[in-house]
Amino acid sequence: MIKRFIRKYWSILRKPPVHLSLGVLTVGGFMAGIIFWGGFNTALEVTNTEEFCVSCHEMRDNPFAELKTTIHYSNRSGVRATCPDCHVPHNWTDKIARKMAASKEVWGKLFGTISTREKFLDKRRDLAEHEWERLKANDSLECRNCHNFEFMDFTRQSTRAEQQHSTALASGEKTCIDCHKGIAHELPDMAGVEGW
Amino acid sequence: MIYLRIVLMALMTALLAACSEQSNPPANVSQAESVPVAEVSVLAPVEEPLPLEDGQAATLRGAALNTDLPAPVMAAVENTDLKRARQYPMQPPTIPHKIDGYQVDLNANKCMSCHARSRTGESQAPMVSVTHFQDRDGNFLAEISPRRYFCNQCHVVQTDARPLVGNSFEDYYQLTEKANQEGGS
Ligand code: HEC
Ligand code: HEC
Ligand code: HEC
Repeated sequence: MIKRFIRKYWSILRKPPVHLSLGVLTVGGFMAGIIFWGGFNTALEVTNTEEFCVSCHEMRDNPFAELKTTIHYSNRSGVRATCPDCHVPHNWTDKIARKMAASKEVWGKLFGTISTREKFLDKRRDLAEHEWERLKANDSLECRNCHNFEFMDFTRQSTRAEQQHSTALASGEKTCIDCHKGIAHELPDMAGVEGW
Repeated sequence: MIYLRIVLMALMTALLAACSEQSNPPANVSQAESVPVAEVSVLAPVEEPLPLEDGQAATLRGAALNTDLPAPVMAAVENTDLKRARQYPMQPPTIPHKIDGYQVDLNANKCMSCHARSRTGESQAPMVSVTHFQDRDGNFLAEISPRRYFCNQCHVVQTDARPLVGNSFEDYYQLTEKANQEGGS
């Protein structure tokens, strides 16, 4: 039954067009391509905003509420880090990879994996570990999109910052997330985490 | 009972009398010279009692109760990373750096991520003192004692705020020095 169906449509697809010119096909295909590509990228853009992230209450009541008290929400410079700034890679392939992973999170949403504060707190260590792993693996790329080591003026940093940045960070032995965990949200139980 | 009350009343009257003497402008200060209290900033050094006019001795805020003073500027936390001398040997050292956003709760202790014994090699921060490992019976534990967990109960940052009142604290050494100079024993 299904085989017959597939075979029928396959033969239609394979049949050369009778009524359409090659020109129409090329231009049409081109236009369709633009529309799909545009739509795809628009969808990407829409989902890549903080409004989208916090449109679900799990994110609004937990990470977002916590972010609001930190320096990445309000500071003297008026530069605001949004969720995708720290959580979504800028370059395209990495972005798509992260989006595919995020699709899994949408399942989590549908099944209420973290629908309450308690469930979220129970899960936080796992969730945080994924982010630490990711940032460790990409050498804290998202942080560096805003904080560029090349342009850090140690003389304007506090002594503690300067000492750590000019040694462990400069030598590449450590990356931002090794020392700066919990800068945007509350930390989970840190028992057993390296450096805690 | 009744005697106690009489004694108390007498005391209060004496006190009131003393106060009103102080708050009356001294005779040699003319009305024009005396400073209306509302214009004085809260942070002005309060060494001498200000000459007050009648009816102005209302508050310590420097303005009448039904007015709002502009909020004083927020003081900045000192972030020099330089140790401060202690006023007496058992004084918990004050924190010489900012601790904004440092989490200290059941889940995590940001202070200990530098000041724990095992972390000081990397962080070069001073280790918490050995007393922190003792429980209340004086037994030494392997980790800091739970009663020492919340660092900010004893250790605090310092700001560059100007003190509201002067401080005449003299430490033990200054006191003994003084006593020695006066030829006391
Ligand atoms: C959107 C840009 C942006 C991104 C992405 C970003 N930051 Fe920041 N960060 C800032 C700004 C802006 C400030 C505040 C500057 C100021 O006014 O002092 C800041 C401040 C900080 C501070 C100083 C905190 C303090 O109390 O002085 C640290 C530490 C920090 N960021 C670490 C990180 C780390 C780690 C990451 C990656 C997980 C990261 N940042 C990602 C923009 C960003
Ligand atoms: C080896 C540990 C270490 C690494 C790696 C590290 N930092 Fe820091 N950083 C510190 C310490 C310690 C401080 C000062 C204390 C604090 O702010 O909590 C600091 C302070 C800062 C500050 C505030 C500056 C100031 O004057 O206090 C910023 C911004 C910052 N770090 C950004 C970064 C970024 C971005 C990276 C990665 C490129 C990074 N750090 C990597 C340890 C580190
Ligand atoms: C300045 C960078 C930064 C910003 C902005 C930021 N995050 Fe995070 N986020 C992190 C880091 C780093 C972690 C890893 C855990 C940690 O260190 O706290 C994390 C962890 C998380 C987690 C895992 C659970 C947890 O609490 O550890 C969630 C969920 C999350 N972020 C959501 C958000 C949402 C939603 C927003 C926007 C409202 C946001 N984040 C904004 C840096 C950021």
